[in-house]
Amino acid sequence: MLMAICALLVVAPPAALALNMGLSLLLGYRPSERRLALSTQATVVLSSVAAATLLINMLLTDQVQYTLDIGRWVDLPVEHFHFTVKFLFDRLSIPFVILSLLLCGVISAFANRYLHRDEGYTRFFLFFVIFLLGIVVTSVAGTIETMFLGWELVGLSSALLVAFFHNRVNPVANGLRVWTIYRFADGAFLFAALVLHHLTGGGDLNLMMGSKPWPESACVLDSSHALIVGLLLLVAAAGKSALVPFSGWLPRAMEGPTPSSAIFYGALSVHLGAYLLLRVGPMLEQSPTLQWIIIALGAITAVYAGLVGRVQTDVKSALAFASLLQVSIIVVEIGFGLRYLALIHIIGHASMRSLQLLRAPSLLRDHRRLEDNIGYLERTKETSRPDSALTPLRIWRYRFAMERGYLDTILDDWIATPFLRLFRWFDELERRVVTFLSIGGGRAVAKKPSESDEMEAS
Amino acid sequence: MNGYLHLPWLELSIACPIIAAIVCWRVKNESLARNIALIACLLTFLLTFGEWFDFMTLETFSAQDSNSVVFFLFGTEYFVIDELTAPLLFRVALLFGLTIAATMRSKASRFSVVRTLLAEAIILAVLSCSSTMLLCLLLAFSTILPWYEMRLRGHDTSVFSLCMSLHLGLMFVGITLLWLGHGQPLPTNLGAGLLVLSAMLRAGIFPGHFWIVDLFEKCTFGTAILFVAPMTGAYFVMRLVLPVVPIWALHWIAVLSLSTALYAAAMALVQSEARRFFAYLFISQSSLVLAGLELANPIGMTGALCIWLEIGLSLGGLALTLRAVESRIGRISLEQYHGLFDQMPHLGSLFLFTGLASIGFPGGLAFVGMELLVEGTVEVYPLVGTIIVLATAINGVALLRAYFRIFTGTRHVATVSIAARPAERLVTITLSLLILAIGIWPGSAIHSRYHAAESLLKIRQESGIDRGSESSEPVSHPPSDESKNSANH
Repeated sequence: MLMAICALLVVAPPAALALNMGLSLLLGYRPSERRLALSTQATVVLSSVAAATLLINMLLTDQVQYTLDIGRWVDLPVEHFHFTVKFLFDRLSIPFVILSLLLCGVISAFANRYLHRDEGYTRFFLFFVIFLLGIVVTSVAGTIETMFLGWELVGLSSALLVAFFHNRVNPVANGLRVWTIYRFADGAFLFAALVLHHLTGGGDLNLMMGSKPWPESACVLDSSHALIVGLLLLVAAAGKSALVPFSGWLPRAMEGPTPSSAIFYGALSVHLGAYLLLRVGPMLEQSPTLQWIIIALGAITAVYAGLVGRVQTDVKSALAFASLLQVSIIVVEIGFGLRYLALIHIIGHASMRSLQLLRAPSLLRDHRRLEDNIGYLERTKETSRPDSALTPLRIWRYRFAMERGYLDTILDDWIATPFLRLFRWFDELERRVVTFLSIGGGRAVAKKPSESDEMEAS
Repeated sequence: MNGYLHLPWLELSIACPIIAAIVCWRVKNESLARNIALIACLLTFLLTFGEWFDFMTLETFSAQDSNSVVFFLFGTEYFVIDELTAPLLFRVALLFGLTIAATMRSKASRFSVVRTLLAEAIILAVLSCSSTMLLCLLLAFSTILPWYEMRLRGHDTSVFSLCMSLHLGLMFVGITLLWLGHGQPLPTNLGAGLLVLSAMLRAGIFPGHFWIVDLFEKCTFGTAILFVAPMTGAYFVMRLVLPVVPIWALHWIAVLSLSTALYAAAMALVQSEARRFFAYLFISQSSLVLAGLELANPIGMTGALCIWLEIGLSLGGLALTLRAVESRIGRISLEQYHGLFDQMPHLGSLFLFTGLASIGFPGGLAFVGMELLVEGTVEVYPLVGTIIVLATAINGVALLRAYFRIFTGTRHVATVSIAARPAERLVTITLSLLILAIGIWPGSAIHSRYHAAESLLKIRQESGIDRGSESSEPVSHPPSDESKNSANH
């Protein structure tokens, strides 16, 4: 009973807060800053205490897994379609959810001061609470549908927070780019969930991973099925964790306010892809091909992030690529089956990177204080290399790094631009057909609206 | 056996807007006419709610009015409520009421409440009509009002007239051939084929989608929304096409519908005007509904019916938001940023919420509906299911692009307040709460849709159409007037 109450208290407070905040704003009630901050922190504390109690209880009773079955949200037994809401607390989800709650608590306290009297304060906290709900649900999801639900909430709040300073074009354009990558990655996730439904008769992670608890669980899928589902999930993870070729959005996402950069791209959101791979780790081991693909992807991303990160000129971008480098190493660890190492790596890295990002706005001040404390630091005299050291390879490498591996250019030139150009051509064609079919005033009405049309409408 | 409602709800709900339309026509004062229309819409809404509630207590597949005037006059009952239409009638009445409520007084001269009330009566009659011929006549009659408005505004009606004439012509010829065919293979199959083409035109399946975009460009936004949002094309498919077309043909139309969904989603992404963006978004989502219906398997149909229910509300809400914004700043170009969020945060939030709900984001019924639809599609064509995922992803990108272009990117400076008015706030709150309530507790809605899908498939099975197609024998069952009543439980 205690376990059930604790498990419920991990998930229910963020859900209640998100619903409450959404409805309040919808009804025109704008809570004060103090009330918003207090309610967010109370929610985080309540959920954290519940998660910690659950952990202690499990340690005391020597239980390694607890499942809270809320019931079937949708149940069509004849069609074998179930949408089960189930939360799984085990050796993977409990550390991750505690980490998430602690970091969210720290960052909400930071944001409360950082955004004090900012006109977007309420908006920030609304998106932040949606993110909190998303990350908690994703962390403790016991079915792939529940995980997808949380995954989508995290994606939406991320994109909207990147576009937080919405009166400028750049943040908005970057928010749209992040959202675009997320949508396609989410599509792969949804398809993986459906394939899994077909193969195992349900989206239950226990069904997929066998009865043993994580990390000893053994996947029930055969090698080829594991490869198909695993590849789809890898695309989803690559989108969320900014692995190659989706890495371009990560530095752009730093347009958001510092607290959101810290929580999303330093700490939690960027690790969600790795977390997903960890969760389905036993399935990855069913297919050696899949494992090698994951290792290769992680290694390529690590090299990429290492190269590109060295030439970044602003602290947030440098931290973003440093983050990516660590995440890709975590992915390699998962590929090798080192699950505990990967989990510890995630926890350590998320905590350290959050701190770095939160300190980023006061970096110069910190640096000066350091200098004051330890005395004047003598600069090295050699500030540039001799010309002879600039080999063509070195120059190419530098350009490659400065252009962030041309990843955005490749995606834009090879996929986005031809796609948009094709459909703009179709649009033009459709307008011509309408003009052709129209009699008399057809030419006038099929063209794009003129200023006079707009005046008429207004 | 058919159930009987405790009151003549159906006839009252159809008569109420007609009477109000006559009264409004006689009243010269626009403001008074608007108030009368609002009261009539509220009354109609309550009547549709009453008939739904009454119907649920009967626990039958279909029911008809007791003490029916139509039965008294003509000796037969033309209006029937069933599991498919019960929530649709309620939703249509709600949408009409909200549209009139959200219309600004300054726009009263451009948006005719008389025509709107007549359109409401026609749509309610279409959705509760049990006679094939009357249904066809009502569908024909429903096209006159937007056509008349276009003429009145001095716009060219060629595209709309051409598409609708073709649709109606094919429909009447198809029905006639099915009736006269008496099971003969050539006329019956030809009739079914013509009905399919007619349905595709009405539902806006590529290349018959031109008229929807044209309608949005030339009619008032309100009229265009109210003409397309009830999705009479999908209803036409359920009533007239599903019982007569063999399964292999339905599956091919489903593939065509899915292709339209993908095409329209991509077109929505490149639009430079908000109205055209909305039109393509609507085409994309309604094509998904149609695809699910044509899969003719319970799970896909359940998904489609759920999305149908959801997008009526959510896309209706999205359109009303766009309409409210347009009434303040004129036609909205998506080539530039407008930065309206700070001026109208309520409308911005509703735009995002309803838009996301319509594309199957968590919080709306379409979230589960989309999963059911993909599941149903994958059952029939394993790889084609990816089209739905792709179309939904592109729709999501198009939606956020439109949101960013309209509400962000710069700071809009206005000398007067352009925030949402109380009536618009009420509309946004009502719609959002309804979407959220159905989305958070989708169980009962999904079960009701599943039951409706099963019943419709049962009618199809009883007609023997699939047996006919398997044994290559002619299809011998034209859509019967009694088809709605044949699946009594």
